[in-house]
Amino acid sequence: MGPESLEAKQQAAIEEILKVYPQKAAKNREKHLGVGTPNDENQKTCGDVRSNKKTVPGVMSQRGCAYAGSKGVVWGPIKDMIHISHGPIGCGQYSRAGRRNYYIGVTGVDTFVTMNFSTDFQENNIVFGGDKKLGIAIDEIETLFPLNNGITVQSECPIGLIGDDIGAVARVKAKELDTTIVPVNCEGFRGVSQSLGHHIANDTVRDFVFDAKVNVDTSDVVATDYDVAIIGDYNIGGDAWSSRILLEEMGLRVVAQWSGDATLKEMALTPKVKLNLLHCYRSMNYISRHMEKEYGIPWIEYNFFGPSQTIKSLRKIAAFFDESVQAKCEEVIAKYQPMIDAVVAKYKPRLEGKTVMLFVGGLRPRHVIGAYEDLGMEVIGTGYEFAHDDDYKRTKEEIFRSTVIYDDVNEYELEAFVKKLQPDLVASGIKEKYVFQKMGLPYRQMHSWDYSGPYHGYDGFAIFAQDMDLAINSPVWAHSKAPWEKEG
Amino acid sequence: MQEVEKIVNGKDLFKRPEYQEVLANKKQFESSMLAINPAKVDEVAEWTKSWDYREKNLAREAITVNPAKACQPLGAVMVALGFEGTMPYVHGSHGCVAYFRSYFTRHFKEPTPCVSDSMTEDAAVFGGLVNMKEGLKNCAAVYKPKMIAVSTTCMAEVIGDDLMAFITSAKEEDGGEFLPMDYPIPYAHTPSFVGSHITGYDNMMHGIMSQLTEGNKGETAQRINIIPGFETYIGSLRSVKSIVEAFGADYIMLGDHSDQWDMPAGNYEMFQGGTKLDDAKDCINSSATISLQKYATAKTMKMVQKRWKHAGGFSNPVGLKGTDEFVMKLSELTGTDVPQKLKIERGRLVDAMQDSYPYMHGKKFAIWGDPDFLLGLVSFLLEMGAEPTHVLCHNAPNGWEAEMRELLDTSPAKDSLNVWAGKDLWAMRSLLFTEPVDFMIGNSYGKELMRDTGTPLIYIGFPIFDRHHLHRYSISGYDGALNLLTWITNKVLDQLDEETKNIATTDYFFDLVR
Repeated sequence: MGPESLEAKQQAAIEEILKVYPQKAAKNREKHLGVGTPNDENQKTCGDVRSNKKTVPGVMSQRGCAYAGSKGVVWGPIKDMIHISHGPIGCGQYSRAGRRNYYIGVTGVDTFVTMNFSTDFQENNIVFGGDKKLGIAIDEIETLFPLNNGITVQSECPIGLIGDDIGAVARVKAKELDTTIVPVNCEGFRGVSQSLGHHIANDTVRDFVFDAKVNVDTSDVVATDYDVAIIGDYNIGGDAWSSRILLEEMGLRVVAQWSGDATLKEMALTPKVKLNLLHCYRSMNYISRHMEKEYGIPWIEYNFFGPSQTIKSLRKIAAFFDESVQAKCEEVIAKYQPMIDAVVAKYKPRLEGKTVMLFVGGLRPRHVIGAYEDLGMEVIGTGYEFAHDDDYKRTKEEIFRSTVIYDDVNEYELEAFVKKLQPDLVASGIKEKYVFQKMGLPYRQMHSWDYSGPYHGYDGFAIFAQDMDLAINSPVWAHSKAPWEKEG
Repeated sequence: MQEVEKIVNGKDLFKRPEYQEVLANKKQFESSMLAINPAKVDEVAEWTKSWDYREKNLAREAITVNPAKACQPLGAVMVALGFEGTMPYVHGSHGCVAYFRSYFTRHFKEPTPCVSDSMTEDAAVFGGLVNMKEGLKNCAAVYKPKMIAVSTTCMAEVIGDDLMAFITSAKEEDGGEFLPMDYPIPYAHTPSFVGSHITGYDNMMHGIMSQLTEGNKGETAQRINIIPGFETYIGSLRSVKSIVEAFGADYIMLGDHSDQWDMPAGNYEMFQGGTKLDDAKDCINSSATISLQKYATAKTMKMVQKRWKHAGGFSNPVGLKGTDEFVMKLSELTGTDVPQKLKIERGRLVDAMQDSYPYMHGKKFAIWGDPDFLLGLVSFLLEMGAEPTHVLCHNAPNGWEAEMRELLDTSPAKDSLNVWAGKDLWAMRSLLFTEPVDFMIGNSYGKELMRDTGTPLIYIGFPIFDRHHLHRYSISGYDGALNLLTWITNKVLDQLDEETKNIATTDYFFDLVR
């Protein structure tokens, strides 16, 4: 299939897909679908798609909400704090321990990530307000979980609608108990997706960790010239650990992980680092920009998926430091190269030319493209649940060929694209997984690494390669058709 | 570093010395107590096992920790997916729907269709009418469902949207292009701050049954409606149908999601199986309605019994006695003797119970789950001579606690059997430390309890995310009881092997034959 015919096929698929919508919805969705190429003229986005707009009502969007962005993504993994899902029971239950944010700690005693704390609103809390209940809840937490280093209050939808003042409760209780209590107004109806929740959460880190006294001692850590922070790595399946090892090997000191396996102290230490390393741009660019403006800390984006991007990123990071780091960086690259060569030699012949369609969240729709391409696989479609223009702009730089771009794709569209473009692998989330497996298509969850991982760094790439081979070359897909069914 | 001939994932990778060093080195920047003072962690961990901690823990009134319940719209989505070609439609913000879909999908390992009308700030101010008008139209155009079942999130409930008025005006404005006036769009208000997922089940079932049957009251047919309740065991739905069919009875199962959440591989169709809409519209004319879950259908059954005057009532066919009662009720309603097929099934179950009883007799169990599930399971445990020491129901409705107490009081061990209504799983943790049991029966949330207390967990309940295919089996009927017996007995035997396997120390009891 040549590039022209692929692009034509992709354009035709978009036109066909739009036909089913009522006029208004078609007009809206048309702006979110496009075909991007590495040579796109429009420098602001990719495939001319529009993004970060309201979802069309009544379609099966994959998007989540602001609460998911704050509690589920940014704050939730901070392990020595307790994150209260403030409101009715559901939100905390559905989001409990599903993201695989790994951490080291004694759950329920000094760390709390996989637990679910809820104020379990009843009707009287809606009618008379829930501030009093929140205050009592905080007291009970202090009694039963004395080793917590702080509490965040993650607002669910009703909080912002019934006029509760969680800020006042937090202020009073923080003073009374001499601890960090962070009120987060991340009600699910705010904004168009989880993206606003990231932003709101970032702002509360600024206000309640940087600009307030935190009750953890940071004085024992003396700053060095090689201090960096990993920003926007949620340690899914241990991703931050398989990244951290490389940075330390090249002579840097990783002072903080934001926010996978993070503690409050690490967050509080970050304003003293020399460089912020930003992996998930979408969810944590806000706090990185703030630290640049306020503390003069530069930040760079990096990509630890696949050896090509990892090597590029390691050198980019090393360039910020002195020659000793740069020399060690080359040593690190040289050390891992034989292993990576062996991985590619083993798996590329089994995967070469296989096509992939992606649909994920923050950074992966562009960041993992290079990892697939390192294995000889071709990404022919990608899109984001909650990206903004700047994400699509960055996507343009990562694609290798004509690629169908779908923003906030819904289940109908993704299914139709897959049927028309017939990829060999679909890589997206849990909600879509079984739709495509029913069709007999190999599938990998790219939020949770399908209960595998880590995928970051050199060690992670080996796992990634093995998992993609497992998915594509498993004998199970051949069983879909019964022997008595005719060919075709 | 990875070795290409033996690539390992995180399970083994992080055990390697180079990663252990990374993790140890990280501690200097951490504020969690394990990094600062591990002895303090041990001290507090020990305290959490004490009676002192238990008293404080059980006295909580404001913070819920590790709940064993979910919210109303989840149950409403389940109801909708049990009807032919029906799209669950949740009026509110779309984050909720993403959660419902993930939750069910992780349990069933099956797709879970459901849409939302994506309300945001402006809808919070002006109401969600615009979203509803567009949402219903788009949903009908894109997915072409035969019916759309509307429920609500807490956002829509707090702002007080009027579903009936909204649906009518959506149809009027559409002018019949996508939403003809007779297009079935039943609805239910399902506020998350009232009750739990079983309340939402009840409300949506009530909504569909009352609204689809409007004006359809005609001649009564000799036919039985069966309402399964919030049933997460696909096999249970099939067992129940096969029992009813054994009587040759004409019946309608209202809300039958057994095909929807158990699709064969080969191709994907969004909707499969479900109660035929024509049957649902006519269910008012059945002579009887049996609800299999009393506490998940209270409102629905009030309508059926008070207004529709149906015979039937409640019957919970879990365990031997529960199934016997169901079978006898069907026998009475149909005027037919119990069929030979069921007599044989019963005989086989009793035979199996008599084979395995020594392993369950006197064993202490902790169990949690939905109210009707617990009544069935506890009844079965008692039939086997087991002791349900802690029975915990987080979403216990009024009346449940007394009914469970009455059931437990039939046991000779009644004085040591406890009912815990409205308590969560962090409370269960204290109970397990202070008054230990031999086994737990529950959902995946028991995993941390298993790790903390060392109590073996038998996976029966909802949700089960980390074990495969259990939901395909039945826990209802004689065949379902046989599954329960098999799972529980074999877990007891696994544990016996586990405790006796140590070479030259305990393996004198490591028997080949049991």
